[in-house]
Amino acid sequence: MSENQTTVQAPVKRIVACPHCGTKLYVTQNNAAYQCPKCNEFFQIQGKQEKKDLREVGSKFLTKIKFDSWKGWIYLLPTLILLAIFTVWPIINTIRISLLENYGALGAAGGETFAFGFGNFEKVIQYKGFLTCLQNTLLLCFLTVPISTVLALLIAVCLNAIKPLQKFLQTIFFLPYVTNSIAIGMVFAAMFNIVGSFIGTNNEIIITAGIMNNILGVFGIEPINWINAGSSYWSNITVLVVYIVWNALPFKILILLGGLQSVNKQYYEAAQIDSTPRWRVFTRITVPLLSPMLAYVVITGFIGGFKEYSSIVGIFGESMGAPGAKGSLNTMVGFIYDCLGRDRDGVASAAALILFAIIFVVTMINLYVSKKKTHY
Amino acid sequence: MKVELQNLTKVFPSRNKKSGEDVVAVNNFTFTIPDGTLVGLLGPSGCGKSTTLYMISGLQKPTSGKIFFGDEDVTELSPVNRGIGLVFQNYALYPHMTVKQNILFPLQNLRGKDKMSKQQMLDRAEEAARLVQIDGLMDRKPSELSGGQQQRVAIARALVKMPRVLLLDEPLSNLDARLRLQTREEIRRIQKETGITTVFVTHDQEEAMSISDIIVVMKLGVVQQVGKPQEIYDNPTNLFVAKFLGTPPINVFKGAVKDGKLYVGDAAVLDVNGVEDQDVTVAIRPEGFDLDENGAFVCELSNVEVMGRDVSIVSRHEASLNPIIRSIINADNKVDVTAKTVSYSLKPHKVFLFNAETEERIYFE
Repeated sequence: MSENQTTVQAPVKRIVACPHCGTKLYVTQNNAAYQCPKCNEFFQIQGKQEKKDLREVGSKFLTKIKFDSWKGWIYLLPTLILLAIFTVWPIINTIRISLLENYGALGAAGGETFAFGFGNFEKVIQYKGFLTCLQNTLLLCFLTVPISTVLALLIAVCLNAIKPLQKFLQTIFFLPYVTNSIAIGMVFAAMFNIVGSFIGTNNEIIITAGIMNNILGVFGIEPINWINAGSSYWSNITVLVVYIVWNALPFKILILLGGLQSVNKQYYEAAQIDSTPRWRVFTRITVPLLSPMLAYVVITGFIGGFKEYSSIVGIFGESMGAPGAKGSLNTMVGFIYDCLGRDRDGVASAAALILFAIIFVVTMINLYVSKKKTHY
Repeated sequence: MKVELQNLTKVFPSRNKKSGEDVVAVNNFTFTIPDGTLVGLLGPSGCGKSTTLYMISGLQKPTSGKIFFGDEDVTELSPVNRGIGLVFQNYALYPHMTVKQNILFPLQNLRGKDKMSKQQMLDRAEEAARLVQIDGLMDRKPSELSGGQQQRVAIARALVKMPRVLLLDEPLSNLDARLRLQTREEIRRIQKETGITTVFVTHDQEEAMSISDIIVVMKLGVVQQVGKPQEIYDNPTNLFVAKFLGTPPINVFKGAVKDGKLYVGDAAVLDVNGVEDQDVTVAIRPEGFDLDENGAFVCELSNVEVMGRDVSIVSRHEASLNPIIRSIINADNKVDVTAKTVSYSLKPHKVFLFNAETEERIYFE
C-alpha cells in the first residue's frame, strides 16, 4: 500500500467510481485499499460504517442454526437446560405470578384460579412502606456508589504506587470481602453505639461505649446518637453509607488495581518525558485507560446497591430501622421479602419486577454514558 | 544542543542476591555528541544501547558518571525537566486520544512563561504534523493508523515541544521492510530540517550506516568504536566491529604472519609489512576479493549466485571460521561455474588483521 494513494470518501456497500479511470466498483469494506481492475491503480475507501441490515443478520443467524451449528447446540444443551430450569422459568413465572391477583402457591396447587390483571402492581404502589423503601434504596445507591468508586480508585492508585507491603496491604483491603456482612454489621452497630448508661427492659443497667462516639469525644464533639432509639434518619443513613462503602471497597479496589497493573508503563514514561504534572497524568491518562474497569465497577455497584438488604439487617436487625422506627430504613429487597409467605406472592413478584425495571433503566443509562466516555 | 556523556556507567543489581553478579549494562561511556548531529547507537541485544538512551532521557539514573546538555549538568534532573523528546520502540501513543490530542498533549503541559494560547498550540501541532506528513489524519485514533503512521505521530509528539535532544528507541523495528526504508529517510529529512541533536538506537547496522552522521558501536556495555559510518566500515578497530558491520558479513579466517607474509592455510596470500610473526585472525570484506587465475588464495567453489549487477560466489576454505566464504564480484567477470576451485587475489585495504587472542586490530603497511 503506498503512502500517497488517492482516497475516496464514500459510504460503504455501494458503487464507487475509480478516481483514476472512472470504472464502477462495488465496495464492501471500510478504510480499505482497493485496486481498480481496469487501470490497476490503488485507491482507498474512506467512509462511515453503515449499520448492518437487521434482516440480513437475522437470516444469517437462522441459516446458521439450521445447517451449520447443530453440533454446537448439542454441546450447549446441558447448560441451556439448567438455565431454562433455574433462570428462565423463574423469571417467566415471576411475571406470571405478578399478574395473578391474590395468588397463593397452596391454592394454586389445589386448583384454585386467580383473577388476571395489574392489581398487584397497584397494590405495591399504594402500600405505605413502598415509597420509603424506594427512597431508601435510591438514596443509598446514589450515595454509596460514587463514594466507594472514588475511594477505591484513590486507594488502588496509592497501592499501585508503593512497592513494599503492597501484597500485605492488598490482603488487608480485601478482608471485608470475605467476611460475613451480618456479623460485620453487628460489629458496626457496636462501634456506632451511643455512650452512656441506660435502664434495660428488665430494669438492669446497660453501659454502652461505641468507639466512634469515644473518638468524637477525644476531639471534644458531643456523642451522636447514631443508631439507637430516638436516632435521626440521617444519622442512620450515615452509618449505613459508611458500612456499605466499607463493604463495597475490596471488590472495586481489586478490579481497579488489576486494571492499573495491566496499563502499559510506557504511557507513564511518555507522560514523564512530556513533562506532565501528576494530576494531569491521573486525569488524562490513568482514568481514561481505566475507564472500562471503572464502568464495570460502577454498573455492578449500582446493581448491587439496588439489592441492598443484609447491611441493614446486620446493623439494625430485622426491624429494618432504629428501635422505635420500624421499617424506616427498609429497602426494595426488604419490601419484597416482607411480602412473601402471606398469600401475597403476587405482590412480591410485582415488587420484584418493579425493582428489575429500575435496575434495568439505570444500567442502560450507565451503559449509554460509559459507551461515550469509555475507551476500550 | 551538544550532549556530553562522561564516564557513564549503569549497573543493574543481580536478582539472585546470594551468588549472582551485578549486570554492568553500560560501562564507562564517554562521548560527546556534537550539536545538530544524528548519532546511531549500534550493537547486538543486551549491549546497553537502550540503557544509554534511557539514561540520556532521564528515565533511568546512571550508577555513576555525568550527562551534560550543552554546559548544563542534567544528571540529577528528572525527565520532566530535561526538555527531551523520546520516541518509544512501540510508540506509546495514548490510545484514548486522537492524533491531534496526542500531539497537543506535551504542549498543554507547559506552565509558566512557556504557557501557550490555544491557537498557538494548534498552530504548532499542525506544523509538527505537516513536518511528518500526517496532517490529514489529525482526528483519527492511533488504533486506526498503520504502523508507519503511528511512528510519525510519535515523532510529531516528540518534536512538537521543540526538544533540546530527540531520542529514538529502535524507531524502525516495528515496520515492514519497505516502510523501514522510507521511514529512515524520513527521519533523516526531519532531523536535517529541524537541526535537533538526535540519538537513535538500533541493532540493524544497515539502518545505522545509512542515516547516521556518527555511529557508536557497543558490545556488552563497552563502546567499541565511534566514528563516521564509512570510517568504521573501512577501519574497524577490532574483530567484533568488523563482523558486526557490513552485509553480507565479513569473511573470517585463521591465519598467521611469517616474514612479512600473511598465510591463510598453507598459501601466502598477501604481503603484510611491519607485522611481527604471530598467529592472527584475518577478516576479508566480501568485496575484497578479485578473481585472479594466478591468485594465491584458492578456495573450493560451492556455487554462484547471480544478483544482476554483482555475482556472489559462495566457496569454502579449510581455514575459514565461517561455514562459507562469500565474495562479491562485478558481474562482468566470468566465473566458471563448473570448476572445482576458485582463485582470488586480495585487495589489501579490504583485509584486516586481528590479534588471535585479544581480537584487536593489527595494522600493516
